[in-house]
Amino acid sequence: MIGSLRDLFRRAWRHPSGRWGALALLVMALLAAAAPPLLQDPAAMPDVVAGATPPSAGHLFGTDQLNRDILARVVSGGRISLSVAGLAVLVSLTLGCAVGLVAGYAGGWVDGALMRMVDAALAIPRLFVLLLLLVVWERIPLWALIVVLGTTGWFATSRLVRGEVLRLRGEPFVVAATGLGAGAWRTIARHLLPNAAGPVLVAATLGVGDVILLEAGLSFLGLGIQPPTPSWGGMVLDARPFLVSAPWTALFPGAAIVATVLAVNLLGDALQAALDPRSA
Amino acid sequence: MTAPLLEVRDLVKRYATGGLARGPRAVVHAVNGVSFDLAAGETLGLVGESGSGKSTVGRTILRLTPATAGAVRFDGVDVFAAGAAELRGLRRRMQLVFQDPYSSLNPRMTAGAAVAEGLEIHRLLPRQEIPARVAGLFEEVGLEPAHTARYPHELSGGQRQRVGIARALAVGPAFLVCDEPVSALDVSVQAQVLNLLGELQRRRRLAFLFIAHDLAVVRQLAHRVAVMYFGRIVELGTTEQVVHRPLHPYTAALLSAVPEPDPASRRRRIVLSGEPPRPTAPPPGCPFASRCFHPKKDERCRTELPALRGLGDALVACHHAETGPLTPDP
Amino acid sequence: MNDLLQVRGLRIAFPAPGGGSVYPVDGVDLELGRGETLALVGESGCGKSLTALALLGLVPAPGRIAEGSRIVLEGTDLRELGPEGLRRIRGRRIGIVFQDAMTSLNPVLSAGAQVREAVAAHRILSAREAKARAIELLGEAEIPDPAARYDSFPHELSGGLRQRVMIAIALAGEPDLLIADEATTALDVTVQAQILELLDHLRATRGMGVLLITHDLGIAAGRADRVAVMYAGQIVEEAPTARLFEAPAHPYTRALFRAIPRLDGAVERLANIPGGVPSAAAWPGGCRFHPRCTEALARCAADVPPVADVAADHAARCWLAVKQP
Repeated sequence: MIGSLRDLFRRAWRHPSGRWGALALLVMALLAAAAPPLLQDPAAMPDVVAGATPPSAGHLFGTDQLNRDILARVVSGGRISLSVAGLAVLVSLTLGCAVGLVAGYAGGWVDGALMRMVDAALAIPRLFVLLLLLVVWERIPLWALIVVLGTTGWFATSRLVRGEVLRLRGEPFVVAATGLGAGAWRTIARHLLPNAAGPVLVAATLGVGDVILLEAGLSFLGLGIQPPTPSWGGMVLDARPFLVSAPWTALFPGAAIVATVLAVNLLGDALQAALDPRSA
Repeated sequence: MTAPLLEVRDLVKRYATGGLARGPRAVVHAVNGVSFDLAAGETLGLVGESGSGKSTVGRTILRLTPATAGAVRFDGVDVFAAGAAELRGLRRRMQLVFQDPYSSLNPRMTAGAAVAEGLEIHRLLPRQEIPARVAGLFEEVGLEPAHTARYPHELSGGQRQRVGIARALAVGPAFLVCDEPVSALDVSVQAQVLNLLGELQRRRRLAFLFIAHDLAVVRQLAHRVAVMYFGRIVELGTTEQVVHRPLHPYTAALLSAVPEPDPASRRRRIVLSGEPPRPTAPPPGCPFASRCFHPKKDERCRTELPALRGLGDALVACHHAETGPLTPDP
Repeated sequence: MNDLLQVRGLRIAFPAPGGGSVYPVDGVDLELGRGETLALVGESGCGKSLTALALLGLVPAPGRIAEGSRIVLEGTDLRELGPEGLRRIRGRRIGIVFQDAMTSLNPVLSAGAQVREAVAAHRILSAREAKARAIELLGEAEIPDPAARYDSFPHELSGGLRQRVMIAIALAGEPDLLIADEATTALDVTVQAQILELLDHLRATRGMGVLLITHDLGIAAGRADRVAVMYAGQIVEEAPTARLFEAPAHPYTRALFRAIPRLDGAVERLANIPGGVPSAAAWPGGCRFHPRCTEALARCAADVPPVADVAADHAARCWLAVKQP
């Protein structure tokens, strides 16, 4: 399975969009991981008097209204946003794969029941649920936010996985495994999951972009990541009164959101193209 | 007279299609009462065209798809009544070789891993001895042991088919269902695989149910041949009898339709008119009646289903099998 | 009477991964007259389907027909025609029937509509006339009750019927040359026999030339006037049918015969052709068949064999066929 994933990434690499997307993401991830100690403290003493200053040699992205270095805050916020998105997608993936595999493999009433449940869940807008939950749960801790995002985002993945499993079950090599005497575990683990991994991976990559936007939006509404933890959405929220007087305070966090989602989508597109057997 | 290795009795397979948004509900009659015996080391060719039910017969015998009715006894054991553990044991002894070399192997598994899987499932060997056995199997089917690390897409169609055969042999079966094993292969590769199957049969005393649509291919390996039409066996006899002195008109038509690479061949060309009946609407009488060219075809053919009965050493399902110039040979 | 189609030195180039070109079709000569059936026989990878596509100017990109190839259809060099000229040839002068009708037919249009579309593409007719002509063509393709079948969709038809619809479409332009590219491979044997019979009948009544592309020597034996055997991008033997089967001159042809299971005669162990079909990226040097040839001479590995005349109208690309002076 690892071999085939490596193969997939190698093919995606050949697409220029995939290359740029992957590189950009890599840079951002590295920055987010390694840079914070090197930069100024994002939660430095707020200095209301000095206020926002435009980009300069000392502050590449300028400072915000409390005179905190924006570059440091963007990078630090990036660390938070990327981890939240990454972990939330991981939760979604696990849940979606598990449900999809069980539904597709078991079939019958189990499949019916699970899919009706998914249908019902898909009918409820995710944003609504999140808003409701977060309004009620003020000052939600980070781990809870991740779980909430993850558990509201696995439905589409489960249908995708189920579809793949149904397709694969009819393939001769899966029938051969049954003929050899393979039980459910072995069939799922060695034959179904590895061959369903491709489309699922693409969906996951695109899902990361979704979650980043969601989280930024929620933070912008004041519901997601709470200050003083920096987050891109929160930074844009704080910058609202200063859109005209100090546009850089909103510009850089906003640009960071756009750039990340774009990079993720490019990578997802390239992975999808790499999956298509005709492009091999 | 030793008991046959495999006994199939009145096998029936029907399945429902349609319903809700997928079209009108209908029942497809895929297999309509098939019975035959197979002895150890023997090859029975099962010949028919698409819609004849031949592939379904193979799969239901192996319990890869549930039968609607009928019984199968393998080495005295009732296959359909077997519990999970007993079925596992049975699976070791009956295996399947597939038609399509491209989809019969897991694209994410190496050839060696695919062949080893059966050994792992049934714990036939300690872990460290498996690679050696796999290498031995590769050699037996004519593959280089170095190819164990290759993925299916790195192998040719013929090589993939050999991997599929090695995979089936790994668990030590006594009976192989070969479902169109050479139809998707080029002429030269087809010859290699057919020769291989013949050798393996002799060396390991395997019984084959050789399913194919090409009578010439079946003739290479089969001792006896059963011809299927519309879910039923319409003729069953020794290979030479079926090929040279067919009793059923469909068999004659099938034989004449096989393109023989001999322009001097003066076999009478029988071109069937019309289409076979729809599998969802079996006619009351003989299913071949709509296309039959037998000079003695009559009303009885349309209303009464002919039973598979003995005629000499063979079995045939035709009301008028005793008479008529059926043989395509001049 | 080989005046319908003449192909000389056809080469098709594809860009090679490391630069340069590979030639999956590498010097093919063909001739076909009106009312004649020529079978082009070969295994997969020999280049026969590409050859058919080349005749229609439909070689898939990034492949292209190489310089020096000549395709002459009744006096017109197709290589000199531009895209518009080729478009007028397709369907009107050359018709083609492919292997898998299920993917060649549009699933959302009725069978009749597709035939009518083909008719209207080549003649100016009123809607009613076009439909009438389409029903006529469906009947010529021996589809039972064509007026009723006009409205059927491809998925409602059996494989044999779909292929007949393909044939009706191919005939709509009243072509002089009909190419059948493995047209019966996906069909049952009895249906295949019906379709081949139909093609034969159409050839006779319309005076078309038929190029039958197949891997099945049996089909060639039963239906063709002449047979050309293709291997590794080249024609390795060509002869009238009876002659090819009585006295094949090329070792590949002989090996193919020994590898085919027969209904007549005794059951014998099939002959093995060792090795596998080479890929265009690495054609063997000298004679392309020499690595697998059981009758190879020493010079076969080094010297490219010429096309030698074995008898009148019978040629083979082999050193063994070259008569010693």
